[in-house]
Amino acid sequence: MFKDQIGKRSNKVKNAVERGAVKKFAEAIGDLHPIYFDEDAGRLSRYQKNIAPPTFPRVFEYGVIEGLHLPNIGLIHGEQSFHYERPLFVGEEIYCYSQVKNYFEKKGNFGEMGFLVMENCGEDSEGNVIFTSSSTVVISEAVRKVLAK
Amino acid sequence: MSSLTQLQTGDSLKEIQLSPVSRIALIKYAGASGDFNPIHTIDEEATKASLPGIIAHGMWTMGNLAKLFTEYYEEGFVKDYSIRFKGMVFLNDVITLKASLKDKEDNQLRFDVQAVNQQGKDVIKGEVVYQLY
Repeated sequence: MFKDQIGKRSNKVKNAVERGAVKKFAEAIGDLHPIYFDEDAGRLSRYQKNIAPPTFPRVFEYGVIEGLHLPNIGLIHGEQSFHYERPLFVGEEIYCYSQVKNYFEKKGNFGEMGFLVMENCGEDSEGNVIFTSSSTVVISEAVRKVLAK
Repeated sequence: MSSLTQLQTGDSLKEIQLSPVSRIALIKYAGASGDFNPIHTIDEEATKASLPGIIAHGMWTMGNLAKLFTEYYEEGFVKDYSIRFKGMVFLNDVITLKASLKDKEDNQLRFDVQAVNQQGKDVIKGEVVYQLY
């Protein structure tokens, strides 16, 4: 039921790598290292600024994909990956969008499971890709039936 | 602090054992990440979703696991980080974070990474490619 969505993408959304948000996120994953929040540690580092943890892009907004309706319950996060060209810097602006990469169905223990692969992308203001991330979401037959109604 | 460049294939990074998973930790992650799916914080919502109790955000565990690499930031960065969610994490679970060097090629270190619960079961498992400068 998501096959016809493959290839669709959202418009780019500007996101700031906010100092306070990075600190709060680092704290929430128990990784309150000075490189993420201490300005001196940032200045003295090879980057001369603070960086963000690798899973920080979870915080960004990626825009809306027209016509893609996902329930916020009943989805199972199956796989997740991130690819970086360099770390994210605190204070920079990142332009983010999302696209439907793939959808397929496979017989599993709980009936015909649906696998939706979404790819997110973050670029700097010159359009250079800084990171991409991919999530595989598993949608059970039961949830798809509800969606189809 | 040791250096990643000295690691040999098969060597492990120092494991980290997290304190037992608490509701407040998951509430904090919900707030910090913006993922307010209530199965991670509210008992009744978890029950409604046929779960035995609230479960940690998968991304909370994945976020935690990455901290094995944080202290090496002067040497390089996490270039690729991919994992599979293998099992649910419940309140009071005690999660241990592990990474071991699988292979070394030029300036890239490939690690097997995993988060394991108190029963020794993988809850997430995957790979980190660390790019050295």
